[in-house]
Amino acid sequence: MAKTILLAHGSGGKLSHDLIENNLVPPFSNPILNKLDDSAIFELSGRLAFTTDSYVVSPIFFPGGDIGRLAVYGTVNDLAMCGATPFYLSISLIIEEGFPMEELKIIVNSIKEAAERAKVKIVTGDTKVVNRGSADKLFINSSGLGLISSGVNISGSNAHPGDKLILSGTIGDHGIAVMSQREGLKFSSSIESDCAPLHELVTEMLEVSQKIHCLRDPTRGGLATILNELAKQSNVGIWIEEDKIPITNPVRAACELLGFDPLYVANEGKLVAVVAPEDTEAVLNKIKQNQFGVNASIFGEVREEPKGKVIMKMTLGASRLVDMLTGELLPRIC
Amino acid sequence: MRFIDEYRNVDLGQKLVSRIHRVCTQPIKLMEFCGGHTTAILKYGIRQLLPQTVEMLSGPGCPVCVTTNADLDKAIALAHLPNVIITTFGDMMKVPGSYSSLQQAKADGADIRIVYSVRDALDITQNNPKKSVIFIGIGFETTAPTLAASILEAEQKEIKNFYVLSLLKLCPPAIKLLLMIALVGLSEVKLDGIVCPGHVSAIIGSYPWEFIPRQYNIACVISGFEPLDILLSLVMLIDQIELEKPKVEIAYRRGVKPEGNRQAQELMARVFEPTTATWRGIGKVPLGGLKLKKEYERFNAESTFSITPPLPREPKACLCGDILRGAKRPPECKLFGESCTPENPIGPCMVSSEGACAAYFHYGVSYG
Repeated sequence: MAKTILLAHGSGGKLSHDLIENNLVPPFSNPILNKLDDSAIFELSGRLAFTTDSYVVSPIFFPGGDIGRLAVYGTVNDLAMCGATPFYLSISLIIEEGFPMEELKIIVNSIKEAAERAKVKIVTGDTKVVNRGSADKLFINSSGLGLISSGVNISGSNAHPGDKLILSGTIGDHGIAVMSQREGLKFSSSIESDCAPLHELVTEMLEVSQKIHCLRDPTRGGLATILNELAKQSNVGIWIEEDKIPITNPVRAACELLGFDPLYVANEGKLVAVVAPEDTEAVLNKIKQNQFGVNASIFGEVREEPKGKVIMKMTLGASRLVDMLTGELLPRIC
Repeated sequence: MRFIDEYRNVDLGQKLVSRIHRVCTQPIKLMEFCGGHTTAILKYGIRQLLPQTVEMLSGPGCPVCVTTNADLDKAIALAHLPNVIITTFGDMMKVPGSYSSLQQAKADGADIRIVYSVRDALDITQNNPKKSVIFIGIGFETTAPTLAASILEAEQKEIKNFYVLSLLKLCPPAIKLLLMIALVGLSEVKLDGIVCPGHVSAIIGSYPWEFIPRQYNIACVISGFEPLDILLSLVMLIDQIELEKPKVEIAYRRGVKPEGNRQAQELMARVFEPTTATWRGIGKVPLGGLKLKKEYERFNAESTFSITPPLPREPKACLCGDILRGAKRPPECKLFGESCTPENPIGPCMVSSEGACAAYFHYGVSYG
């Protein structure tokens, strides 16, 4: 067997079939996938949520996870943030010629484990190989299908003045874990990605409250960016308090050192819930009982004004506007 | 967290703020030289805590911002050369030159890599022995010693494909020129005190600032970058001004010694020598920059590679130059927040993380 992925592995010929039948189907095995037809065929009725996301993280292995785990949990979380229970996923691999077979196996196994952990089935997929240099090692696209229970109505446009904001845990862990491995920035730290599936946490939250108005996971662009999205979508002002936002000391230290604002650093296992005030305590307590919500905190509230803006009250008493992320995160130089 | 929380302590902060309100009896104009200070002042909302009599002006202390279009155009021209890898601090990528930017050059196919220190540029050089690797050397006294150390390392390891475009600048000569212009009445800025740069002073010490109180009767305090550092520096400045006894004081004692960092100074002096440099907004500053000494000339990208950058031009109506002198505030610029935003910057002060316009844009609006 080849030690690296060759262009022929994506040609549709013998090598493609070998790769799919020996390396991709067995780990993900389930009756729908195993038929190997052009589409997955299944019954699913009710209100559906459908999402897709592409994963291009670099490096593909990072402390606390890899691109495979991210592809499963990221898509699962997109469904969860609409209050949906995820059922089926597609996994599409775009592999750069020369990619080590060993690494592919590790990532496929990681996808398998993540899917089992999240209780979702991978029912369809695709594999393409592109010329060296046409992709950076491995890209994954993943689409997901989930079911929304009746009575659940979660949307970024549902925030009402008076609602409280809950954050499910510390921010910045994923982004800093990935950045600590980047070429030109390597530093050793104990910081691990928070990459985790959040749909069970969401199910538990929905058991104690029907008044969860918005849910969002602060991935790319970080907490600041999703709060701005919510403020604009709901046409409300979002007021947060700096000292109520949980953040670990290693992440704080790394951000200080690199000149990053943790409000803009990516997370992969956290959520923000906008909840009616009367239900806030119950939802917070439920979140704290879940392993992915131990450090949850109420960190802000929704007001009428200023519409479409996010304001942070700082520890020294002043308040400032929190803008969306513009451009890329860059280190300070002076 | 240790070394962070102490410097953001709320009780101490409030004590310093009330002291400023109590002691300051007259309207005063202070300049924070450093862009890092401008950003911290706005980010922590310090301006909101000060009495209305204290006016804070931002100064030219942002290496990206004071880099001229002519110098940016050189960097962009170098990037388009075949077989060249450009290494640069990330902040430089989006700064518009006369006709293009490094970001645009990269999109057009130039090999440009963001590094976090010049040491990383040296690693890239060693990993690409068949390419010429050019480091875009912007920065002040803070950055110069590490650049000098890398050049010495490249020399010792006989690395033949490493080059530097030295755009390094020295801060005290620039302040001197600013104050001279103000003294002869050619400028609208009359300062009572200066918040002197913390990191630059960690290298050069406090002595190079002594001419400011002596010749210009202006108070000077070297400040750190945490909220309490800045508030303490403001208290010390206001005390000096009220007592009419201007001098150079160090509020940032954990970082700055009066004599500075001798080892870093020696490194700089071994590799570089002062030269006239053009600062955006200030113009030609005698001894306001650093060039490679003769014996290190072979690392000089400008003399090694033949480039013909376009004739530089400045964007119309952009007030970056005035803003860098403290003569105008960012919101006074017609372009600010309208056609010039961090996503579509027209001037460099809107790009850099230490740029006054970017700081005002991100943090400048206060809410009660």
